[in-house]
Order: sequence, then C-alpha cells, then structure tokens
Amino acid sequence: MPTASALAQPAVAVKIGSGAWRRFCRHRLALFGVAAILLMVLASIVGPSLIPFDSLKIDIRHRFAPPPFEGHLFGTDQLGRDLLVRLLMAGRISLSIGFAAMTVSTAFGTLIGVAAGYYGGAVRVALMRFVDAMLCFPQIFLLLVLAAFIQPNVVTLTLIIAASSWMEVARVVEGQVRSLRERDFILAAEMLGASGRYVMFRELLPNAIGPIIVAATLTVARAILLEAYVSFLGYGIQPPMASWGNMLNNAQQYLGSAPWLAIFPGLMITLAVSSFNFVGDGLRDALDARFDLN
Amino acid sequence: MTEAIMTATVAEEPPLVEARRLRQWFPVGGSLLQRRREMVRAVDEVSFTIARGEVLGLVGESGSGKSTLGRALLRMTDLTDGQILFEGRDITRLGRNALRPIRPRMQFIFQDPFASLNPRMTVRQIVGAPLAIQRPDLGIAARDARIAEALQTVGLSMQYADRYPHEFSGGQRQRICIARALIMEPSFLVADEPVSALDVSIQAQIVNLLIDVRRKLSIAMLFISHDLAVVGHLCDRVAVMYLGRIVEIAPTRELFRRPRHPYTEALFSAVPVPDPTVRRSRVILRGDIPSPLAPPSGCAFRSRCPYVLPECAEAVPSLREVDGGHRTRCIRDDLVLGRPHGGLS
Amino acid sequence: MQGTLGPVGFAMPAAAHAATETVLDVQDLSVTFATENGPLVAVREVSFDLRAGETLALVGESGSGKSVTSLAIMRLTPSASRVKVSGSVQFTDGEGRKRDLLQLDLDAMRRVRGNEISMIFQEPMTSLNPVHRIGDQIAEAVTFHQRVSARAALVRAAELLDQVGISDARRRLSAYPHQLSGGMRQRVMIAMALACNPRVLIADEPTTALDVTVQAQILELLKELQTATGMAVIFVTHNLGVVAEIADRVMVMYAGAIVERGDVVPVMTRPLMPYTQGLLHSVPRLDPDAPGREPLEAIPGNVPDPLQPPPGCAFAPRCRHVEPACEAAVPVLEQADDGRQVRCRRWRAIDEAQR
Repeated sequence: MPTASALAQPAVAVKIGSGAWRRFCRHRLALFGVAAILLMVLASIVGPSLIPFDSLKIDIRHRFAPPPFEGHLFGTDQLGRDLLVRLLMAGRISLSIGFAAMTVSTAFGTLIGVAAGYYGGAVRVALMRFVDAMLCFPQIFLLLVLAAFIQPNVVTLTLIIAASSWMEVARVVEGQVRSLRERDFILAAEMLGASGRYVMFRELLPNAIGPIIVAATLTVARAILLEAYVSFLGYGIQPPMASWGNMLNNAQQYLGSAPWLAIFPGLMITLAVSSFNFVGDGLRDALDARFDLN
Repeated sequence: MTEAIMTATVAEEPPLVEARRLRQWFPVGGSLLQRRREMVRAVDEVSFTIARGEVLGLVGESGSGKSTLGRALLRMTDLTDGQILFEGRDITRLGRNALRPIRPRMQFIFQDPFASLNPRMTVRQIVGAPLAIQRPDLGIAARDARIAEALQTVGLSMQYADRYPHEFSGGQRQRICIARALIMEPSFLVADEPVSALDVSIQAQIVNLLIDVRRKLSIAMLFISHDLAVVGHLCDRVAVMYLGRIVEIAPTRELFRRPRHPYTEALFSAVPVPDPTVRRSRVILRGDIPSPLAPPSGCAFRSRCPYVLPECAEAVPSLREVDGGHRTRCIRDDLVLGRPHGGLS
Repeated sequence: MQGTLGPVGFAMPAAAHAATETVLDVQDLSVTFATENGPLVAVREVSFDLRAGETLALVGESGSGKSVTSLAIMRLTPSASRVKVSGSVQFTDGEGRKRDLLQLDLDAMRRVRGNEISMIFQEPMTSLNPVHRIGDQIAEAVTFHQRVSARAALVRAAELLDQVGISDARRRLSAYPHQLSGGMRQRVMIAMALACNPRVLIADEPTTALDVTVQAQILELLKELQTATGMAVIFVTHNLGVVAEIADRVMVMYAGAIVERGDVVPVMTRPLMPYTQGLLHSVPRLDPDAPGREPLEAIPGNVPDPLQPPPGCAFAPRCRHVEPACEAAVPVLEQADDGRQVRCRRWRAIDEAQR
C-alpha cells in the first residue's frame, strides 16, 4: 500500500503570488504608476509642512509670480498664494475623496454584485436592471444635480461620487460570481449544508478579489477625475479651499498671462488619473492569470 | 402497477437509500411565453435501493443520465417526480434548511478534482469546512484533530494542511475531496466518476483508497462510472443505464458472467482489454446514441440493437426479474448473450 | 511506386507494399519549454522509427511527453521563443525522398501537414470550424494541397465521408459540426486527415473523449482504413486496452523519455520495465471471478515534477526494485531479448526473479 509520506509530497512547490508579483513588475507603466502615486501621497501628506508658505495666505505684493522666482517653486496665483503648497493641499482633498469614494462604491457594488450573481433568477434581474438604470444617467449631470441640492464638502462629494461609481464594480462582480456559481467547489459547499451567506462571502467572494481590485483601482482614477470636473464647474469644493478642479476653474481667466496657474493643476490631475489607470491595467494583467481557475 | 422495489439483500433491515420512480426532466428551448417546451428525459422512472454498507455501481455512456441521477439522489436538484428515501425518511421535497442536518450523512465526490476544491482555500480550510458549517461549536483543537484524522484516512499528512490545491497533483486533490466528504462520517457516498480524470496509475491508488474506506467505515456508495472494469472491481451490484432508464441491474458477478440485456453485452464487448493475445468476436453497435430529446419509442435501445424484433417498438419494456436479484429490461428471453470475456480462461 | 488509381483519378498508395520500409526516423528529439520557473524538459532525446503500414502506440501518463512528441514531429509546438526543439525527424515520402522535418521552412512544412502527414486530436472541434459546413472543410483540406476544382474536391469529400462510415454522405456534406454527434465529428476529422492519402497519421488520444461503444467503432474504422491505405499510424494514448487492440509496436514513455519499446505482445504480456509492469498490474480487469474486492496493485507516489527531475532514473522514487545505483545516473536504453529495448538497470534481475 502506498505510504503516507510518498503520497503527501505536493507535486509542485511553487510559492503563491510569486507569479502575479513578477507579472506586475514586468509592467513598466504600472510600476511608474505605483511610484507616482506613492510620491503624490507622500508629498501631499508631508509636503505642506515643509514649505514655508501657507495655502491660504494672501500676499498681493507677490501675485502672479512666475515659477520659480521669489522662492515660489511653482509660482503664485492672482492672490499671491503659493501654488505648490496649494497643489499639495488640493492633492490631499482629491486623493482622499478618490480613496474614500472608491471604498464606499466598491463595498456597495460588491454587495450588489455578489447577491445578484449568487441568487440569480428574479433577484439578479431586478438588481442588474437597477444597475443598468443607474448607468443610464449621464454621470456629470447626475453629479451636478445632486451637488446643486447638497452642501458641497468633502463628505458629501465623496458620497455623491461613490453613488455614481458603484455600478461598474457591481457589473464586474456579478459577472465573475455568475461564472463561478456553477463550479463544482460551490456545489460542494452547498452539499455540506452551507448557508447562502457562507457561500457568498467565504467561497465566492475570495475568488472574485482579482477583478474587484482592478475595478477599485480604476474607480479611484474615475473619482479623482469626477471631483475635478465638479469642482471645475463650481459645484464641488469651494474656494478658498484648494482642489485641483477649482484651481483650474480659477486659472481660466489667466490662461494667457499666467499659464502656470492652469498647467500645474492640469498636470497633477493627469498624473494622478493616469497613474491609477496604469496600476489598474497592470493589476488586471498580473491577477488575471493568477486567479484563473482553469 | 408500481414496480416491485428490490429489497435489500440483508434481510429485515430497511434499505439506507431508496429511489422510487425517479424522474428528472429538463425543459429545453421554448421561450417564456411558449407553454409547451420540449423536455429532455434525463432520468426516467428509475427505482432501486441501496443497503447499508453496500456499493452499487452505475454504468452508462453519454446521455444515460447516470450523473443526473447521482446529483438528484443527493438533492442537488429538485426532482421532477418520484421519491427519495434516505434512512427511511422522505427527503424529496425538503428545503435547504431541513436538509442541512442530514447533509453530513450523505456526501458527493465530483469527477474533476481540480474544480471541486476552492483554489483560494487551504487544505485545512477545505477539509474543515464541513465542521465550520455544521459544528461551529467545536474549538480549534478539536477541529484540527478531526481534520488530521480525516487526512490520515486518505493517506495525506497534516503537515501539508496549509498548502493550496494548486500545489497538489490530481490524485492528491481527489484525496482531499474524499477527506472532506468523510470528515462528518457519512453513511452514504455518491461518487461521480471519481477516477476518470486521473492518470491510470493514480486511478488504482484512489480505487484502493475507496475499497479501504468502505471496509473500515462501512459506507454505502453509489459509484458512477463509464469504466466497467473499475466498477466490477469495486461494486457489489451494478446497474446499467441507457437514455435515462436502468436497463439491467444485477449482482456484479452475475452481470459479468451472464449479461441479460443486449446493451450490456455491447458494453462489455466494446471495452478494450489490455491483453493483445485475446481476440474476441466483438459486437460493434451501429449508429450513435440517440438524442435524449427524441428517444425511440418502445425500447430506447432498439435503434442499435442487433437482436431487435418488431415488438420492441410497441411499449417500453418493464424491468423484469430473470434470476435472484437479476433484472433486465429486455423482452427477449431466448438470448444467450456472449460471455463478455471470450478469451479469458 | 505503382499504386492503384482510386475513383476520380486520385493516386492511392499500394497497400502492404514494402512493409519494412521506414517512413519516419526520429533521432534524439528533445523539447524544452522556457517557463517562469526555469527550463522544463518535456521530451528527452527520444529516438524511434516508424515503418510503413504499422501502428506504433505511444503510451504514457501525464508528464510523459507523449503528446508533445507528436506535436513536435508536426512542428506544432508553440513558437520558438518559448520552446526549443532539437534532434531530427527524417521523413521518407512516397517517392523515397528523405527530409528532416525539423529543418524545413514553414511553407514546406505546411505542404507536408495534412498532405503527407496528418494529425487527429482528442477534441474534434480543434479541427472543425463551427461556422463552416463539413463538406466545405473537407474539400478545403483537399484543395489546399492538390490542384483540383472545387467540384472535384466536394466529390472527394463525399467519398471520404463514405469511407469513414458516415451514411448518406452526399446529404451530410452540408451539415454543420454542431449538428453531428461526438463520434461523427471524430469521423469527419478522420476524413479530413485522410483527404490527401497521407503516409503517416498521428492520432493524439482520438478516442479518449468518446463513449466506449463509439470508441470501439472508431478503432475498428481506423484499423480498416489503415489496411486499405497502407498508412503508418502513431497512436498516442494512456489506455492500455486500446494499445492491445490496435498496436503492432508500443513505446512506453515516462517523464519525457522512452522507458520500454518493442512489439506489443511481448511488452504487454511480459513487461520488463517496472513502470510498465506497474501500469499493467494497476489496471482493473473485466474478470467476474476475481475473489472478493481485493485492492489493485497501485504504483505509489506521483509523476515527478518536470522542473525538478530526479537525478538518476526518473521512476526510481516509485520503484519497488530500486537500488542505490538507480538513483545515481539515468539508465540508458538497452537492448533486451526479442527485439526489445528497456531503460532499466535491473531488468534482467527482475525478469529472472519473476519467472
């Protein structure tokens, strides 16, 4: 009879996750994205305390100082406020809203998606049609309408943006869960007497993590962009508080005379959004094969 | 009009599992609005019993309904018609909650060991899942003890409990599945082609494991397979299915010595034997297996049967007893069907 | 080589002519995959010859390299960046010309594939396009290699369908693959493979996915076709019963190398290599009189990890007759008696002990 030790040797001793990590690292843009994000986060947290200027301090004598003169690395705006420190403070706002909105929308979207995918039938139809209906709303208009009724601050903006971002996550999760639903290991769990909740959260959800992470990352990019839109249009973060969006709004009238007022906020938005998109792409490639159940 | 239910070979004791006129029909095609849809009769009027500790083999090819029957028996699906009795209790219409306390006693082993394990769970979590679901009161130490015991029964060491399924070979994964099925000490196991996806040398290991488990724990089994040789090795009785019906059922030795249904004869004849010196006269069936959507009228096998008579088309033959415990669904009494193993001495 | 002219003027090779002529001569064929975890040697210096009109079975389990061997002969392995193929495959065509298939450029190889050497697979849908009619697909196999009109090709297609046992061939030409059963699709794939009267047919597990009664039909068909056309067949399988049914010679592979080779009767009735012995003993037999439910003689352990092969004999970790010398160095393929070759250091001693 075969001995236990002869049988027990696993056939392939490969460390988990090593493949995914290596695949991610081959994605140069994704690595660039990670670096850029880390830099931005670090800079917005620590930066303002290192810069001798205050973001709200008005200094008319030094207004429209072009960079990098008079100690202002990125110049000053029409009220003489240092642009760099305002950029970093705005970064705090935009990034916080981005991450927070991502968290809320991912959590909510995942719940909807898992329930729809697991229960199927009428439940799925109802939930997914709801998702479809929500997706039909032109996002910007929805945001603007909501923002017009609500006092726009960081919290409310986060909620509004989350409310218009959760649908994508729900779609992705529902698709993944639906394809996993009929797999043998799910049936095996049900044969053990597992309740719906157990199957959804202990068996199905861990297998959908890959697409969820990817969707979440892309949601951050979207959220940052949406916040910029809304603030640019004047319905988001209100001045004097700085946000990349409202700085752009501010810079409109001075495009000819002080272009740096528009260039830097624009660059920051582009950098932030692209970085998250690159990371999302990299994660998608890295995790796809890793979480392949075939 | 009810078909005689075959009583357990052990006298007096009620059967562990009893299937009465099971039907599993699936609707095919048609839209929400169309009233009458075509039905695939995956399982049609199947009745049998399994006694405690007995292993019943279920043999058939594609479209025979054997997999569907195995799943229906464990209530993985809702039956179209018929009754299932488990430990004397009618479980046909029980809901999920009512079934939960019964589940630990009847378990299922899937064909594909790669697909029946959650790739994101460790062996410990997988084998311990039944305990987590059914016995949340058990402490970690007690749980680990039972996991270790289950793993040992299947020949795996506890030191690999924290590995993931993809680190194991096919045979080892199947062992993990069996450990998971055994940890709650079931009295009945349905194994759906448990060795078909494995390498030949590993198949023997798993078959031996099942023989061992069966002997040590007296578990009754429904062993579904297309491989007659494996079935003959492991099972006490064998049922042969064709297009949703049992066409022959008998104790293994009887069936192998003298089959009474032309399809069974053809099955034996078709199995290639690993002995090049044996030259048998083969019964090669013509044609393909008919579509389950449009089975021939009367005896479903008549379109390929070498012994067909006009009467075969008239009505579906009933499963009649020809010998002690040997039943066949062929109307012909006069056939002497070939020894399946002409060259064997 | 004079052959008979079949219908519509297609030249048919003479059956059973020059029975000992070598059609394929494989020397030191090796296939190495470049993986994330290092090089994976799937086929290790495999050498064999295939004679006209014979059926050579390639038997092995997963990781044996049998499928990769057949793919490598057909130059169907993945692109050069991830796979390294070395060795030579000398193919002797109908006119006696010898060419090394591994050295041919892709165009020349395409002219050989489907024409002089054909291949059929486990899953017929790998060869069949679901959106084209089967008649058109078979005809395409003809016109790709031969200058005939579309009409003539269709006629040939009907002939082929007839030859593979599909009744009502003319009507079937306009069927789509999904309208056919698994067994019939497999026949269509065989028809496509036979379209240009190949010298060699490589069959990679063609019956594994089929029901046992259908498998019996297909094996009968292949035997008949081989007798009629005189082509040589390499039959890759893991099923020992199938080997006994159809093979003239058999080659057993383990962990990428040949471990035993010879005529089918001696190899299967008196195997010399412990792995072959183990395989034959672990297969349950259709024996109604076997006492009780005795355990089978299973081979313990698992196939070795191809990324970390054992230093000596690949089968040593699982072998009942292992001794230290076995683990020191890889044994060579030795000549045993009755024309056989075995890759085992101790085959003589084991054979003696078992007499």
